[in-house]
Amino acid sequence: MDSTIVILAICDGISYAALVFLVSVGLSLIFGVLRIVNVAHGSLYAYGAYMAATLSLLVAPISPWLTFPALLVASVLVGAIVGGLMERFLLRPVYHLEEVLQLLITFAVFMIMDNLQRMIWGVQPIFAAEPVKLLPNISILGVNYTSYQVLLLPLVAVITLFGLRYFLRYTLAGSIIMAVTEDREAATAIGIDARRVFLITFIIGASLAALGGALASPTTSLVPGMGTDMIVLSFAVAATAGLGQIEGAAVTALMIGLARAFIIYIQPELEVLVPYLIMMLVLLIRPMGLFGVNRVRKI
Amino acid sequence: MSGRLVSRLIIAAAIVVAAVLPIILPSWATLTTLILAKGIVVLGIIILLQAGQVSFGHAMFFGVGAYTIAFWGRYVGPGDLLLFLLLGPLIAMAFGLLIGLFVVRYREIFFGMLNLAFSMVMWSLLEKLYAFTNGADGIRVARPTLAGIAFTPEAFQYVLLYLTLGLVLVVSYGVQRYLDSPLGHMLRAIKGNETRLEYLGVSARKILLIGYVISAFLGGLGGVLVATAQQIATPEFAYWTKSGEFVFIAILGGIANAAGAFAGAAVFETVRFFASAQLANAWQLILGVVLIVIIMFAPNGLIGLRNRRKAQAEVRP
Repeated sequence: MDSTIVILAICDGISYAALVFLVSVGLSLIFGVLRIVNVAHGSLYAYGAYMAATLSLLVAPISPWLTFPALLVASVLVGAIVGGLMERFLLRPVYHLEEVLQLLITFAVFMIMDNLQRMIWGVQPIFAAEPVKLLPNISILGVNYTSYQVLLLPLVAVITLFGLRYFLRYTLAGSIIMAVTEDREAATAIGIDARRVFLITFIIGASLAALGGALASPTTSLVPGMGTDMIVLSFAVAATAGLGQIEGAAVTALMIGLARAFIIYIQPELEVLVPYLIMMLVLLIRPMGLFGVNRVRKI
Repeated sequence: MSGRLVSRLIIAAAIVVAAVLPIILPSWATLTTLILAKGIVVLGIIILLQAGQVSFGHAMFFGVGAYTIAFWGRYVGPGDLLLFLLLGPLIAMAFGLLIGLFVVRYREIFFGMLNLAFSMVMWSLLEKLYAFTNGADGIRVARPTLAGIAFTPEAFQYVLLYLTLGLVLVVSYGVQRYLDSPLGHMLRAIKGNETRLEYLGVSARKILLIGYVISAFLGGLGGVLVATAQQIATPEFAYWTKSGEFVFIAILGGIANAAGAFAGAAVFETVRFFASAQLANAWQLILGVVLIVIIMFAPNGLIGLRNRRKAQAEVRP
């Protein structure tokens, strides 16, 4: 295997890992706090991508540089509106029901969003590669790669990782979220509005998924089904890391991203298999995930 | 009239409708077969739900059943439906035993996730090993003979329908007996209180494994029937959205007994059939809304609706 391919694979792996990390950390955060596996998470990713493409195409004639803020605006819009409405009106009424039913509500939302997506944006592939073209290509040991993918994406992922860490550990709002996660009843007893915490957490998690989609939109063509594949992948990453583990999700995303990138150059048919094989192996040996903590089982 | 008698009358009426309606409306024959076949798969989901476990990857056994007959047609040659009906479920059962040995050690979200992972591995293999599986196009399934007799397409859809109906009656009875047996009660105890079950000297894993293998068998059986009715097997059969669909149908119908599976499948497939005919591509949207309404207002499913009315009637003097 020559060095060019190794470098290409590493670049592919890193930029892919950055996107996967953003989506799966959102999923993990929502699960950590709300104890719900959000099946519609992949749809939020897809909506983020489509919304970003729509906004980009809208603002690009004014100034192509406006497409960068457009990506951010799109993800916040999707996260706050779709995520907010979903938590407030669909999830809040079912928190008292069985977990199966909560999971199925998000499955229903997935079905609805998937259908609406095709109605709104159609089934033809959409391209909006403006942001990638604006940033220069860089050369790494003689291999050319877009700096958007190999610098900007990882940068956003790292900022998100440390931002989240800081937010959860060193700010009041973050501490409140941690308190509700740890012991909802005790937190409510000291006057914390757990319902608001759930809403805010869900919006943050949904925005992260949408951000992943928005950042992915310039690098790929948008097609129906992009969210359907992403959801299982982010499940795999979140579960391999241990649900609720933020740093773990970063390491796992990198691991799975690199493994996948190398497999593509060696044995492309096995590409889709890699994340699931890794997940299976890890869960069989450590069911709580690589970085998860073993919880005492409640009797 | 006692509630039990009413229930039996409703079930008898449903069987008669399933048997007679397609004769009056021939276009319903295949639809009815699909409803019944999917109901059989959902029975398997209901078994696992008794133990409080949701498999978000059960479509893999459905896929195993379908591909058993697809591969047979591709590599062995023409076959007989009776053989397929034996072979498909048995191979699915073997898969179920193998995978089950791993997954029954886990509960709740991990159980669901591992099942999901296994099913996604199977899906990607079916889709990527193009040389063997034709990839996403799937493999066409030729119309099999039945006990050596070849039928015309028109006759065959009725043969398949009545065969499926017969199988439905047999497996529903079997599953109901199983759920009412001590084994079934122990299965429910896993949901209720697994620790106590273990204190009684029962291995919860073994109990769950038995349920898992039975549900894999049912998944395989449904897969053979659907592949025969639709004359094709595609990787889609094993995709996670298919698994979600089965869980959806189970919740829609209600998980208290076997009848729920078929009530749910009937509503699901009928809504899909008409919505996709009338409203072009909005059927997923409609089903999603139906699911949300059911969960919010009738979390025990359609069968639960009836039981609730019954319970209210009994309270009244």
